[in-house]
Amino acid sequence: MTDMAIVASGLRKAFGDRTVLAGVDLEVRAGSVFSLLGPNGAGKTTTVNILSTLLRPDGGTARVAGRDIASETRAVRAAIGVTGQFASVDDLLTGEENLRLMADLQHLGKGGRRVVADLLERFDLTDSAGTLASTYSGGMRRKLDLAMTLVGRPRIVFLDEPTTGLDPRSRRIMWDIVRGLVADGTTIFLTTQYLEEADQLADRVAVLDQGKLVAQGSPGELKRQVPGSHVRLRFADSAAFDSARRVLTDATPEPDNLTLRVPGDGGATSLRRLLDRLDEYAIDVDELSVHTPDLDDVFLALTGHHSAEVTVP
Amino acid sequence: MSTVHDSATMVRRNVKHTLRDPVVLFNAVLFPIVMMFMFVYVLGDGFDVGGGDYIDYAAPGMVMLALCYGMGATATAVNSDMTKGIINRFRVMNISRGAVLTGHVVSTVARTVLGMAAIVGVAFLMGFSPAASFGQWLAAAGLLVLTVLAVTWLTIAFGLAAKSPESAGFFAVPLIMLPFFSSAIIPADRMGPGIRQFAEYQPFTPIIEAVRGLFAGTPDTGATVAALAWCVGIGVLGYVWALRKFARRV
Ligand SMILES: Nc1ncnc2c1ncn2[C@@H]1O[C@H](COP(=O)(O)OP(=O)(O)OP(=O)(O)O)[C@@H](O)[C@H]1O
Ligand SMILES: [Mg+2]
Repeated sequence: MTDMAIVASGLRKAFGDRTVLAGVDLEVRAGSVFSLLGPNGAGKTTTVNILSTLLRPDGGTARVAGRDIASETRAVRAAIGVTGQFASVDDLLTGEENLRLMADLQHLGKGGRRVVADLLERFDLTDSAGTLASTYSGGMRRKLDLAMTLVGRPRIVFLDEPTTGLDPRSRRIMWDIVRGLVADGTTIFLTTQYLEEADQLADRVAVLDQGKLVAQGSPGELKRQVPGSHVRLRFADSAAFDSARRVLTDATPEPDNLTLRVPGDGGATSLRRLLDRLDEYAIDVDELSVHTPDLDDVFLALTGHHSAEVTVP
Repeated sequence: MSTVHDSATMVRRNVKHTLRDPVVLFNAVLFPIVMMFMFVYVLGDGFDVGGGDYIDYAAPGMVMLALCYGMGATATAVNSDMTKGIINRFRVMNISRGAVLTGHVVSTVARTVLGMAAIVGVAFLMGFSPAASFGQWLAAAGLLVLTVLAVTWLTIAFGLAAKSPESAGFFAVPLIMLPFFSSAIIPADRMGPGIRQFAEYQPFTPIIEAVRGLFAGTPDTGATVAALAWCVGIGVLGYVWALRKFARRV
């Protein structure tokens, strides 16, 4: 018996002559949260679809819940739940009916009623249980979608960009739900474009770039490879730029756009000190911005190119 | 066991959809009745159908109109299921294969039969007086249900083959036109050249003639055999095509 919920090796997939996955290996420990990080078009959804038996890989193998995705499809399906990138709820049914539909299809019988009521309660959907899903807000649809996935009490849950397009409050609610699932022992495979989300939730993060995993590790390990936050200062002319360069010796110059990158967390105190120094030397700053590391920084650090270069329009 | 259970669940889902969509219900039940009023009361006197009450001539054709009008909704619904993501949810749930389609077939047949029954009921109120024996009534009903089943499978195949719900709904347009170019409203031999040949050889004419004969108590064996052959042909084509498209989708 292995304590790995998901083991994939050498997954390959191409659509036409466009290679989307070029040999992906990954392991997800049972009961943990694994986050697959990548920009638009990186192949996150393709990976989820393959692992959840919706798509056949061109090459490679994977075991999910100890079963082979190709030869033991039914057993895999019995163990997993999938919440896709785009909410797949039935618009012409109410929230409650959507959940009942899932309960009926899972053959829960009389117990289904209880499960549905519990989920409505837990996802704070009881008040809108009787209204059509087509009238739900984006956040409510996402919650209903996830609730539908959980009706069958899956041991492994795939969440494809569960918080994309949600406001910060709904995002936090979603995060709490995920934490609750993990506390119950569920394994979570989560894709996201947000470094912060992976940071908040994941035990392990993998970064997908051009069909390959370019880094795997805990969020802490990954972030150590990323340059910290910095302040960007832009100057109106090269005279100001040059004098600022002499004063701020630890800054990284970008002469092309008359910009200096000064390491620092952008907190009020350090900002004031920075500006005071420039003031002392009567150097005018044209523009100032505080930069915290994001997915693009991870990409730059790990791959040497910006994430945008991966995206095919 | 689980196939029956899953199919029943899907039928319930589709029936709820139908009941919640007033446009679908209007198209399937009310609109054909409105058409019948129009043809019988407004235009009927202008048609020469060779003696007898126009309502007696028109009723079988109106039943066929009722059959066609609801089908667009089915094509759209089937396509929406395939393209709007819910099918992926069903796929990863180990639901017995085909339950989704069974749900559409059963609910569509039920809705259409209801629409046709309503037409016949209203026709009676308008003076429809068939001479059919009980056995002939049963035969007519059987042939009509067979036609519904065949056209439903063809519709489902279209819904599966279409790229989007909108283009799936477009399938209804030729289907709605077809009865007008058959012997539904006026006999084919009163039509202009070209259209007459089309009307004589398209499937709805023998089906309508067969039903008309049964209603009148004078079964038309030739038309009935042709009607049965068309139904089986359309049904088998639709069924095989639908299953192939479905296999590719899921
Ligand atoms: N069925 C398909 N046919 C052709 N190309 C496809 C298909 N599915 C995905 N692709 C292509 O594969 C690439 C990866 O797609 P995928 O959906 O896996 O990316 P993603 O990481 O989930 O992106 P996003 O963040 O936008 O959801 C894209 O370039 C996409 O155009
Ligand atoms: Mg995606």
